[in-house]
Amino acid sequence: MKHLLSIEDLDRDGIVGLLDGSEYMSDVLAREIPKVPALRGKTIVSLFYEDSTRTRLSFETAAKRLGADTMTFTAGSSSVTKGESLLDTVRTIESMGIDAMVVRHASAGAPHRIANWIDASVLNAGDGRHGHPTQALLDAFTLRRHRGDISGARIGIVGDVRNSRVARSGIQCWSRLGADLTLIGPPTLMPERLEGWPVQVTFSLDDVLSELDVIYVLRVQQERIGRALLPSLREYYARWGLDAVRAQRLKPDALVMHPGPMIRGSEIATEVVDGPRSLIREQVANGVAVRMAVLWDLIGSGGVV
Amino acid sequence: MAESPSGAPSAAENITTATDGEAAPVGGFSLSTSAAATVFRTRVFGAEDLHRAQTRIAHEIVERNHGPRDVVLVGLHHRGPEIAQRLADAIESFEGVSVPVGALDVAFYRDDIGLRRVQPLGPTEVPVDVTGRVVVLVDDVLFTGRTIRAALDAITELGRPRSIQLAVLIDRGHRELPIRADFVGKNLPTAEREDVRVRLRETDDVEEDTIELWGPDGGDE
Repeated sequence: MKHLLSIEDLDRDGIVGLLDGSEYMSDVLAREIPKVPALRGKTIVSLFYEDSTRTRLSFETAAKRLGADTMTFTAGSSSVTKGESLLDTVRTIESMGIDAMVVRHASAGAPHRIANWIDASVLNAGDGRHGHPTQALLDAFTLRRHRGDISGARIGIVGDVRNSRVARSGIQCWSRLGADLTLIGPPTLMPERLEGWPVQVTFSLDDVLSELDVIYVLRVQQERIGRALLPSLREYYARWGLDAVRAQRLKPDALVMHPGPMIRGSEIATEVVDGPRSLIREQVANGVAVRMAVLWDLIGSGGVV
Repeated sequence: MAESPSGAPSAAENITTATDGEAAPVGGFSLSTSAAATVFRTRVFGAEDLHRAQTRIAHEIVERNHGPRDVVLVGLHHRGPEIAQRLADAIESFEGVSVPVGALDVAFYRDDIGLRRVQPLGPTEVPVDVTGRVVVLVDDVLFTGRTIRAALDAITELGRPRSIQLAVLIDRGHRELPIRADFVGKNLPTAEREDVRVRLRETDDVEEDTIELWGPDGGDE
């Protein structure tokens, strides 16, 4: 694999291979010296045109744990503010001699374009509403560790599916692994067209709550949602928020996930976030291992399948 | 893990790595014709002789270290962990002491990352702190020595052993680094393009252990 631009580029075996690789990386991270020289001499640049805390730090930690050198580019503090184009910025960075570029951009497809411009490997770290493949992989990895097998799991994805790249990549990833997916949320936040999506849809969380094995709560993305689509956050929380009362109606062994950043009290209650079913902190921890596995696959292992 | 020669991939190297259960090196060389040209040369070990060699190595390890105390057997994936367990079983049978057995994967420490396809072959699990102990690295075939160099890096990140020794079933020569084995089942002169095929009950789905020498058709080069 040369680039990781979309989960669509992976089949089931490709996903499972990366999840298995993540187990090795998780093993490295558990050591007293959680670092190996596997990518020594490689240089990895994170190119972030959109804000991020966990994804950028997670990628950079992953790169450092593999012995690579890292550089960071954030649009706000760069020549972009002087008017430099994406193409020129990318070519400039490539001239410094890099092996991989981790890209986050507000426009869907930006990582694909960059992959056509440069020789280095490109990793999509979130592009607009399109995709966030490493998030989907780390979610699958986290869930697999708890359930052993994802196939047959009933997973409910709650919230702003329409604007969510996390949901889009998650659906592609989980459906390839055989999960049974239900999208839940207000009609205005559902995708306009769902033909061909391997999902069921319901507008009522309470109808399906007690049947779910996993409830995956999405952030209410106020920066992407127009006011017309979501008149009141309070109403949203009352009908689709995972509060403590709803959490009690979940199956005894049901698990709660959230990609972060989360807004406590806006889509999920504090008690649930910090409760025993929550995998949210684990998701973040596993993100490093999964991104190590992806980096290793792209620029370390020899990558030619 | 049996090693392949370093440097540019060749057809013969592909044969070696492919038959040892490793993926072929980068480069996409076609194997379809050359693989068929690999022929059986000779049997190096049958099950009984291999058992005797293992038992001898187990005795030598105990003798060299004045007893099994402080010894940790660490096998290198692939096959090393199973051989290490056999040595531990042998030591237990005549010393009555259970020696800790670990497994080490060296993929992330190799010096040929980027030159050929490298993948982890199994989990690294060393059940005790190696600091102050005698670590005996265990592998099936010693060839270029590059796997062992990587293993030295990998093991010293887990702690600071008092000493590190090396036990192998076959030493086939062609070292590229100043590394030698302390305990050897058999020294086997080979041509570089030949292939030492180790098949063990635990790892290779065979009824009986065998170690054979295979090589390109048409004799030695």
